[in-house]
Amino acid sequence: MKFLNRIKPEFWDHRIFSEGPYSSQFNFRRTWYAAVFLTSAVVLAPLIFMAVMDYRATLHDVESEILLRTSRLVSNTRRTLSYFLDERRSALDFIVHDNNFKLNVNPERMEQVLENLKRSFGGFTDLGCIDHQGIQCVYAGPYNLTGKDYSDQKWYQQAVKRGEFISDVFRGFRHIPHIVIAVKYYPSEGGPFRVLRATLDTAKFNDMLSHLEIAGHGDAFIINHEGVLQTPTLFHGEILEKISLPIPDFAPETRVFQWVTEKDVPLVIGYCYITNTPFILMVVKHKKELLKSWESSRRELIGFLLISVAFILFVILWGATYLVNRIFQSDQKLIFSLHQVEYTNKMASIGRLAAGVAHEINNPLAIINEKAGLMKDLFLFKEEYKQNEMLMGLLDSILKSVTRCGRITKRLLGFARHMDVSIQTINLEEVVREVLGFLNKEAEYRSIQISIEMDENLPNLDTDAGRLQQVILNIINNAFAAMENNGRLQVKAAMADKDNIVLSISDTGCGIPEADIKRVFEPFFSTKTGKGGTGLGLSITYGLVEQLGGNIDVKSEVNRGTTFTITLPLAIKEKEMKNSCEYS
Amino acid sequence: MRVLLVDDEQELVETLAERLGIRGIEARWTTNGDAALALIDQEDFDLAVLDVKIPGINGINLHKMMKEKCPRMKFIFMTGHGSQDDFAAGSAETGVDYYLLKPVTIDELLHKMNQLMNK
Repeated sequence: MKFLNRIKPEFWDHRIFSEGPYSSQFNFRRTWYAAVFLTSAVVLAPLIFMAVMDYRATLHDVESEILLRTSRLVSNTRRTLSYFLDERRSALDFIVHDNNFKLNVNPERMEQVLENLKRSFGGFTDLGCIDHQGIQCVYAGPYNLTGKDYSDQKWYQQAVKRGEFISDVFRGFRHIPHIVIAVKYYPSEGGPFRVLRATLDTAKFNDMLSHLEIAGHGDAFIINHEGVLQTPTLFHGEILEKISLPIPDFAPETRVFQWVTEKDVPLVIGYCYITNTPFILMVVKHKKELLKSWESSRRELIGFLLISVAFILFVILWGATYLVNRIFQSDQKLIFSLHQVEYTNKMASIGRLAAGVAHEINNPLAIINEKAGLMKDLFLFKEEYKQNEMLMGLLDSILKSVTRCGRITKRLLGFARHMDVSIQTINLEEVVREVLGFLNKEAEYRSIQISIEMDENLPNLDTDAGRLQQVILNIINNAFAAMENNGRLQVKAAMADKDNIVLSISDTGCGIPEADIKRVFEPFFSTKTGKGGTGLGLSITYGLVEQLGGNIDVKSEVNRGTTFTITLPLAIKEKEMKNSCEYS
Repeated sequence: MRVLLVDDEQELVETLAERLGIRGIEARWTTNGDAALALIDQEDFDLAVLDVKIPGINGINLHKMMKEKCPRMKFIFMTGHGSQDDFAAGSAETGVDYYLLKPVTIDELLHKMNQLMNK
């Protein structure tokens, strides 16, 4: 809160006194809100809109790219797998159409063929020939499977039915996962058929998939149409287990789709059905991993966006505060000037009024003076009246009163004369006494002691007596207001240096609190608000002293009193005066 | 010493002339400028006491004209005004010797007159 109070602009707590159709224009806080919100909206809305649009567009692009890459990988791998299986099937096909093989099949020959196949193609484990009853009659390989009955095996039945068959991975008699490729053939025309069966080692198959470099915790594997895993996987289960992912719908071409697991992990799944086999090739990638690099660059961009927004907001807040404060200040200045003009006009009116009254009174006063004087003259020539003390006393009393009235009108005229702007040579003490003349009666009633201490060698001042008079009058008026009865007012003057004179006016009044002392010269600052104070007296005084080329300072102690110290140049510069008059 | 008094307040100049007469000073008076100019053509005066505001020609102009006619004549301004114009009239430029603000005691006036005549 303290920090907020410190940075709070001047206008924030400004109270609106004026009423009327345009009073809302003086609600500076509202102006500030409007400026901040409008500017923020105009600046930030497009920025945020662009950022969101860009986010969505790049996300879409990146996702498309991921799908495309996955699709390409699946297609390429499918081609390789298809080729691998086709090649081996074609090899078997070639063998069964070889007449030597057809007519004369024995274990030695079978061994030789298996050896050739292993050398040329690789991946073959064993090779066997099954007769039309399903009995393996010839076998070459590491297991002893001669005489085994395969008639109830699915692969055998399918091969008999379709002519050729590629099985999915199964354990069979040997309890090792393997694939069977079987080709049906007729050794002699019209004779019973036989089936040549080759067993493929799944290691070769697995190798082909495990060598794929798949980004984003990717996994490539094969399932059969029932969803049973045909190759080992990294994350989706063991071989021959049922896969946890959905079995994709049949499609003749490569497809990619997105899937979210039960644990809310988004996946990108590419698949394709390998033609003429029970296999479905699947490539599964973690979408989050794939988006990682994009997300990190996004994070940087969002960070940059947030910093930009913060900076823009800061600039907007600072700018709006600065501008509204400037408007507020110039407004205050304007109001102050208007008040000052009003004050000057008021003083000038009072001056004119005083001069008029004094003049009107001076002439009849002069007549009374002369008439009474003549009466006295006449009485003095006649012995009978000359001795009449009562009559002479009456005349003297009239003349004395006339003199007293004359002094009052002279003072009024002096006051009025000084309303006009002009530089005169004045005696400071005379000006002080002239001002005090107006307040003597009040001082008497309130038993306020007034002491004047002037340096004896004080030179005369070339200054504007009217302004000086107002300055002194304002300060002494304030002093009187601050003091209780029986107070003491002290006016002192001395040379400050060879060009300046220093005048100090001290009272024994209530003093000014430390917190207020900096603000006493501010316009509209008043502790007498509601008691007739406008808060302009001291600020006008400050302005007047400045116009006189001097400066004013104040020192105060609460309940002890206040001292105003005014430093004035001995001679005011004409130019300075002229400039200042334009503002007054 | 012959003195000419010019002021629009007849009662004032009349009484003042009488009081000066009692003190042995011959004083003539008039309440307007033209009459004053006519008077100085006819008679000799050592000194004139003028008001600043006089019907017709104002005091300052009257002073100029009289000064032209009688360069040796001395002048005292006596006024009820304390305005800038009056003050200018009292400045050295116009060559007015004294500037007094009404009401003026007879002693003060005599003192200034004597000072002027003895210059």
